[in-house]
Amino acid sequence: MTEKLVIIGNGMAPGRMLEHLLEKAPDLYQVTIFNAEPRVNYDRIMLSPVLSGEKDYEEIIIHGDGWYIKHGITLYKGHKIVAIDRKAKTVTSDHGVTEPYDKLVIATGSVPFIIPVPGHDLPGVLTYRDLDDVQAMLLAAQSRAKAVVIGGGLLGLEAAAGLNSQGMDVTVLHVMPTLMERQLDPAAGYLLQRAVEQRGIKVITKANTQAITGKGKVEQVELADGTIIPATLVVMAVGIRPNATLAKDAGIAVNRGIVVDAGMRSNDPDIFALGECAEVNGMVYGLVAPLYEMARVAASQLAGDEAAAFVHSDTPTKLKVTGIELFSLGDFAEGEDRQEIVLRDAAAGVYKRLVLRDDRIIGTVLYGETADGAWFNDLKKKQTDISEMRDTLIFGQSYQGGASLDPMAAVAALPDDAEICGCNGVCKGKITGAITAKSLISLDDVRAHTKASASCGSCTGLVEKLMVLTIGDKYNPATVQPMCGCTTLGHDEVRRLIKAKGLKTIPAVMQELEWTTSCGCAKCRPALNYYLVCDWPDEYADDYQSRFINERVHANIQKDGTYSVVPRMWGGVTNAAELRAIADVVDKFEIPMVKVTGGQRIDMLGIRKEDLPAVWADLGQAGFVSGHAYAKGLRTVKTCVGSDWCRFGTQDSTGFGVRIEKFMWGSWTPAKVKMAVSGCPRNCAEATCKDVGVICVDSGYEIHFAGAAGLDIKGTEVLGLVKTEDEALEHIVALMQMYREQGRYLERIYKWAKRIGIAEIKRQIMDDGEKRKAYFDRFVFSQKFAQVDPWSERVSGKDKHEFRPMASVGFAQAAE
Amino acid sequence: MMNWVSIGSISDIPRRGARCVATPQGKIAVFRTADDQVFAIEDHCPHKGGPLSQGIVHGAAVTCPLHNWVISLETGRALGADEGAVRTIPVRIEGERLFIALEALASRAA
Repeated sequence: MTEKLVIIGNGMAPGRMLEHLLEKAPDLYQVTIFNAEPRVNYDRIMLSPVLSGEKDYEEIIIHGDGWYIKHGITLYKGHKIVAIDRKAKTVTSDHGVTEPYDKLVIATGSVPFIIPVPGHDLPGVLTYRDLDDVQAMLLAAQSRAKAVVIGGGLLGLEAAAGLNSQGMDVTVLHVMPTLMERQLDPAAGYLLQRAVEQRGIKVITKANTQAITGKGKVEQVELADGTIIPATLVVMAVGIRPNATLAKDAGIAVNRGIVVDAGMRSNDPDIFALGECAEVNGMVYGLVAPLYEMARVAASQLAGDEAAAFVHSDTPTKLKVTGIELFSLGDFAEGEDRQEIVLRDAAAGVYKRLVLRDDRIIGTVLYGETADGAWFNDLKKKQTDISEMRDTLIFGQSYQGGASLDPMAAVAALPDDAEICGCNGVCKGKITGAITAKSLISLDDVRAHTKASASCGSCTGLVEKLMVLTIGDKYNPATVQPMCGCTTLGHDEVRRLIKAKGLKTIPAVMQELEWTTSCGCAKCRPALNYYLVCDWPDEYADDYQSRFINERVHANIQKDGTYSVVPRMWGGVTNAAELRAIADVVDKFEIPMVKVTGGQRIDMLGIRKEDLPAVWADLGQAGFVSGHAYAKGLRTVKTCVGSDWCRFGTQDSTGFGVRIEKFMWGSWTPAKVKMAVSGCPRNCAEATCKDVGVICVDSGYEIHFAGAAGLDIKGTEVLGLVKTEDEALEHIVALMQMYREQGRYLERIYKWAKRIGIAEIKRQIMDDGEKRKAYFDRFVFSQKFAQVDPWSERVSGKDKHEFRPMASVGFAQAAE
Repeated sequence: MMNWVSIGSISDIPRRGARCVATPQGKIAVFRTADDQVFAIEDHCPHKGGPLSQGIVHGAAVTCPLHNWVISLETGRALGADEGAVRTIPVRIEGERLFIALEALASRAA
């Protein structure tokens, strides 16, 4: 018979417990969860990247709504449990829902500690605990004003770095003499302070906050020594304490946290507690690794394994601030029975310290270079006697037994039980075993099967090396394919960082993202130029030297070095005057080839580069503008004659095609974009193999996208049906903007759509009117700067150096 | 005897860009790098004759616009897996003025 399991709280610990429980005993319990937060289970460790703009909320969800449905779990979102009735075995929420239980798990987590100074309750004083806090901080950051973070520990520094990268002027107040004093010795704390200050964050140590003052909201922070710091936002990150009030009110034994035995059971045998609210063997925990260990134990107990027991182990601490490498583990206080080994390299900003007792490592602090953290952790855990390698120990694992500095060799040399993923307690053998046994070839597979690198992600590099070692070339690092040889970052990471860090020039991108070449290459420069044009339409100055020649001279280079020229023919419609003008240009410049293109316009081939401005001048006189036949941008909108002429036509497909082209010309896109509008389902304009196509029907406009008829052949997908031409235009424009913002450079729409998912695109463009409108507006804004005819600009003299030789020399001598 | 011929000023060439110089023996591509070094090579890719002056300039190299061969501006040799070379022409910078050595061309024609 299934029993009723009720869980109070939906954080990472109970989420992980459920995963284990579903694996061990999927049918044992009927599960109900009450979550005080109005959302699903997400990765709290990743709140800092959300704050700094490096990740979205969607990216840090652990269990989406579908997961709860699939496993038949009832999740009450936004329900806070206010009472436990142990006699009746029920819990009651603040919305009045009462649920009976056979077994109850309390996972109420912790509450941030608030320093009870005057003004701590003013609007503008926040804590840093959950997504609501992050969203409040992001809102406050929009003002670009001053923020004070009270607390120079792990959380406070991550909050400070996040607010700083959102453009706020941040001051960190820390009551102790050095930062993160619980995890770092003073030397490393000093280096950390310097690195934090180099980012423009002010740090005041030994700072004793006396009051927060302001009229109706925060205006300043006052210190005991009289210092006054203006601020519109104050973040308190001075620590947490277990949230055990509910348990205490129910008469369960509570000390600092809810007292549980090694099996995570409280003094009521039907009630378990785990996570930050639980106290086991007199200890409470805040880092994820021991919490996950509690989850494993609780799941085993619930599944009937009464031997499962929690064992304490030291967890390494890492700081999640991009660009600061920091690792600390164990005990590093000085003492009579201890020796230490220290390595300093000031130029490289490296500091390493090992604390030894009886030739065994008991503590480690690494700053600036943390690759050997896993190895030191392993030596400490196993209490390995290090006397043999004492002289070279500090140089790390790769130094032992040879001078090999190959990082691959270092990973290969790790023993099978070396811990790779600290968050999830996954060792090397488990990862390599799963790769082999389950034929895993991608990082996502390994994450799904082993959980390694699935939480904070800092061991991703190690896991990838293990994949290469285990399966060699079969490892498909598609998820992290770098843009080019100048960087290790992929297109998506670069795009996100451009936005997050507000990078607005190519040199700024290369500097901040640590490009390995001085000025990039022919692969990354055009891509970066596009990303910057797209993201900062009003601020970025287009870098012509980073564009391919075709986009630099607005014509198509041919194999003999001459160019071809294609003027725009809106919707494929022309007239006698235009054709006459083209004929005159062909005669005047002795253009050797005239050809009708597949996109319903006319191509003139074999034009000498020097003649281009004169050709454009003549074409411009007749009203022609550039057809962008050379651009990663909107090319043509092909049309049929539609309801004006055709006896089958249902709508004015020609007129709509012309309207789309006039609205969208000049926009730059990740790759070329070709469109078509057909006036009826007979589809004479061949709209169903285009990047975007429209099929007119009696009831309106059927919008298609993601077709291909080049290297690949693919019919379009249907985005949806809309009633009016105006709606059709809005949907198409929004779709195009979504693609512009998300596509990787040179990625056609059909490839982008395959990567993002058709359903997701439909959801954002068809179902979410607000998103659609926002995309539309951003496109319209960007067009203000894009719709300039490049041909007439060059006829007026722009870039004239492009079109004529610098000099002619030697001809006189040759004639002599 | 070296016959240095003036071809213009360094500011005539955009940084990370190139200009052409017409000569009886064909076009010379004159490049200016991001750090203001100047190089001159034949405007003729060893692969299929693409106009190197039209390529993207990065570091002291150019990528041919036709098939993406990368040519070293210092040596004229193809970089990476490709094999081939173009002729380099000596360049001198006097203040702002640029000069190329014309004999280098003539001797080839002869």
